[in-house]
Amino acid sequence: MSSVIASTVAEHHPGPQTQERGQRAVFCGLTSIIWLHRRIQDAFFLVVGSRTCAHLIQSAAGVMIFAEPRFATAILGERDLAGMADCHEELDRVVSELITRRSGINRLFLVGSCPSEVIKLDLETAAAKLQAKHENKVRISAFSGSGIETTFTQGEDQCLKSTAAELPALPSGEANLVVLGTVSDIVEDQFRRIFDDLGISNVHFYPGRKADDLPAVGKGTRLVAAQPFVGETVRALIERGADIITAPFPLGAEGSKSWFEAISKAYGVDDARVQQTLELPYQRAKRAIETQAAKLKGKRIHFLPDSQLEIPMARFLSEECGLTINEIGTPFHDQLVMRGELARLPPDVCIVEGQDLDPALNRVREARPDLTVCGMGIANALESEGLRTKWSIELVFSPVQGFDQAGDLASLFAKPLIRESILEVGSWS
Amino acid sequence: MELTLWTYEGPPHVGAIRIAASMRDVHLMLHSPQGDTYADLLFTMIERDGQRPPVTYTTFQARDLGSSTAEMVIKSLRESAERFKPQVLMVADSCTAELIQDQPGALALGADLPVPVIPLEMAAYTRKENWGASETFYQLVRGLLSRQAPAPGSERPKRDPEIKPSVNLLGPTKLGFRCRDDVVEIERLLASMGVDVNVVAPLGASPRDLQSIPAADANVNLCPEVSDLTCSWLARTFGMPTIQTIPMGWGATRDFIAEVAQVLDLNIDANAVGDSRLPWYSRSIDSTYLTGKRVFVFADGSHAIAAARVARDEMGFNVVGLGTYSRERARDVRAAAKEYGLEALITDNYLEVEAKVQELQPEMVLGTQMERHIAKRLGIPCAVISTPAHVQDYPARYSPQMGFEGANVLFDTWVHPLIMGLEEHLLHMFRDDFEFNDSVGPSHLGSEGEGARSLSDGDEPMSEGNVIWAFEAEKELKKIPFFVRGKARRNTERFAEEQGILTIQVDTLYDAKAHFSN
Repeated sequence: MSSVIASTVAEHHPGPQTQERGQRAVFCGLTSIIWLHRRIQDAFFLVVGSRTCAHLIQSAAGVMIFAEPRFATAILGERDLAGMADCHEELDRVVSELITRRSGINRLFLVGSCPSEVIKLDLETAAAKLQAKHENKVRISAFSGSGIETTFTQGEDQCLKSTAAELPALPSGEANLVVLGTVSDIVEDQFRRIFDDLGISNVHFYPGRKADDLPAVGKGTRLVAAQPFVGETVRALIERGADIITAPFPLGAEGSKSWFEAISKAYGVDDARVQQTLELPYQRAKRAIETQAAKLKGKRIHFLPDSQLEIPMARFLSEECGLTINEIGTPFHDQLVMRGELARLPPDVCIVEGQDLDPALNRVREARPDLTVCGMGIANALESEGLRTKWSIELVFSPVQGFDQAGDLASLFAKPLIRESILEVGSWS
Repeated sequence: MELTLWTYEGPPHVGAIRIAASMRDVHLMLHSPQGDTYADLLFTMIERDGQRPPVTYTTFQARDLGSSTAEMVIKSLRESAERFKPQVLMVADSCTAELIQDQPGALALGADLPVPVIPLEMAAYTRKENWGASETFYQLVRGLLSRQAPAPGSERPKRDPEIKPSVNLLGPTKLGFRCRDDVVEIERLLASMGVDVNVVAPLGASPRDLQSIPAADANVNLCPEVSDLTCSWLARTFGMPTIQTIPMGWGATRDFIAEVAQVLDLNIDANAVGDSRLPWYSRSIDSTYLTGKRVFVFADGSHAIAAARVARDEMGFNVVGLGTYSRERARDVRAAAKEYGLEALITDNYLEVEAKVQELQPEMVLGTQMERHIAKRLGIPCAVISTPAHVQDYPARYSPQMGFEGANVLFDTWVHPLIMGLEEHLLHMFRDDFEFNDSVGPSHLGSEGEGARSLSDGDEPMSEGNVIWAFEAEKELKKIPFFVRGKARRNTERFAEEQGILTIQVDTLYDAKAHFSN
């Protein structure tokens, strides 16, 4: 069970690396539901858990999306725990109620939580049984978003991995490209136009906009990650024969260019065509970043562990915006998915995997960086101590990948600093 | 197992965190997995607190289960005591920790910590946030005060008339509704009565402050959701009388003054204590348009009961629905509802609340953040009067709900979402004027009015049933101002269906109007 959280520190980064154990301050994997349900528009996520789970999701979502949501919690009560009610029968009842209520749903995910894992409620078996009952109406499967097994963005990895076995086999002799990890619709559309221009066809985004949008996988599949938190799914697809393309993540002008170049190389696209296709969006991205970078250049930034986007963000900010990296905290460090990133980090930057909150906060206080990237619960606390912050959940919620979002990405970091320079009230220092 | 889309209250341990975060010099060690640390953002984001709540989470993981979770508890306890040096260390389980039964309270008591320990049992699978807050406050007060308790049956000495009378304000917390400002307002009110405030708790109190609670003459049970249990224990154990009136609204503030005077045996002229503009604003002719507005009230117990009274007696509204999500207060709310000739809606299922609002078609909703969203979707004006609330309900300005200034605030806040009085009259008078564009919403509400218009006007698809509208009747319907058109349409269709009328004529429209007007 612990394999998700435990991982080995990468050997590819020449700089100092440490591991910390102690109090963590990160969301659990259930938080992934917030962007997954926006991405997969006909899927419903039913958390089997406690009132805490329901409260967490609604608080993390900031009650922003208050239409009838495509997620809910089946809250375990004392009767369920005491064995007075059969959990599987209860789940059966709740799922039937839900399916009647929401007829447009094509995929139902049962999502495991800390309490359901601790009482060893077997949601996979439950999903299989429910599937038999609701055959032809809705596909039902299960994954765990529990905080004892996953942190924050790892929920998406578990979700994708759970459907990996359902992916149809790619007939031999055929080839396709799977782009792994949630990107927003607008990013998908931009990427598709570039793939078309590069002459790369049969491209699948996974997860797609529809739940049954499942790519075929086999020997002819090339796999590239668009998000850094999909390591287990990458491994599952490699096992089914897919070839992974090592690339930095498509963040910033350079990151996006390298990402498309690595894919083009794997496809043997003619170099002139690659340069011709990428030149225009690349230059546009450079220009967009330039405006923001002027405000960021020479500033020191510190990452507290949160979304697993810390390493690629640090790479983008040091490489393209001229920031100095004080420390990169990351909840876990997956060597396989970070392979394209590490070599581009400044060689002396310190990577800290895991977390021990209070000592970590003390390091921030001591270093007094110009900007700290951290979770929402910590941001205002640091601001009140005179430290500028960028809360990291926005990096997951907003479209930041690709050439045409590179300027937006830089501006997410520039905005707190601009704000400091324009406000004539109060003081941050 | 209970299907929940949105929840009114968090789990009980969030109530415990609210008490810890409200106080000074206490710390809470919460045995919990990492995801539970989301609770920090309730305080730092919603209430804009400049510091994390004083909580250490053990954040155990799957790999720790079965071997080292108990050790993590001990380690976290020692580190919390060492790092934060609290006067009191509270210890609790979150829902997941409750299942693994490490008994952190017992571990803490046996760990020889250099700080007094208060163990809490949070009953995560049967209880909710307000209960957790109430229980935590009670355990804390009892734990700190039980040694001071006089022998059972001993008479409480009479108040020395030479010493200035004093009360404690019990119940206000972080993440409560306008507690920060209510405390200031009630302290001001009491000061003008010549009454001192001895201790405010939990908000801003330290454990040492709690120990001086018995020095006051009485306790004000300001937020019964949090302080009821503690007030009755103090009454039983220390013979301290409880002041029960919640001073919300003009009338209730006057009743509060009277109750304080009676309990403390003071001779006070309520008129001299202060006053509010609410009575005059409500009597001024602009307010005529408020008369009989159909209002739906749903909130925590205290705010629901108080709001209903203000709505009917002080604004001249017609309370058409009253309910609460707090089951602990169900009895009180049921009793209050009876006074308005209503059956109280007691539920924590927001879908039931939504269905009720849809059925009642009120002209205004007074509710929580949840009802704000329900009302927005249905195009009904709404004011938030209770938790759960969002960041905009923790305003920068002074904005109490209690006392005389609170009454002013209630008047303004409730009138604001409605179309201004004179404006409504003008719309009626000039509705046929070509320059008077009837599709404009309340002039001061910009886009919100737009939402209301698109949802409630007569252009939405006509009845789903078999009833159809004759051309002339439909034209007539369009002459009705947009803000009542939706209701007129629905009422007419309902009337037609009940009467077995298949085609709505102009007469049907007016028959329905007459039918529903009484």
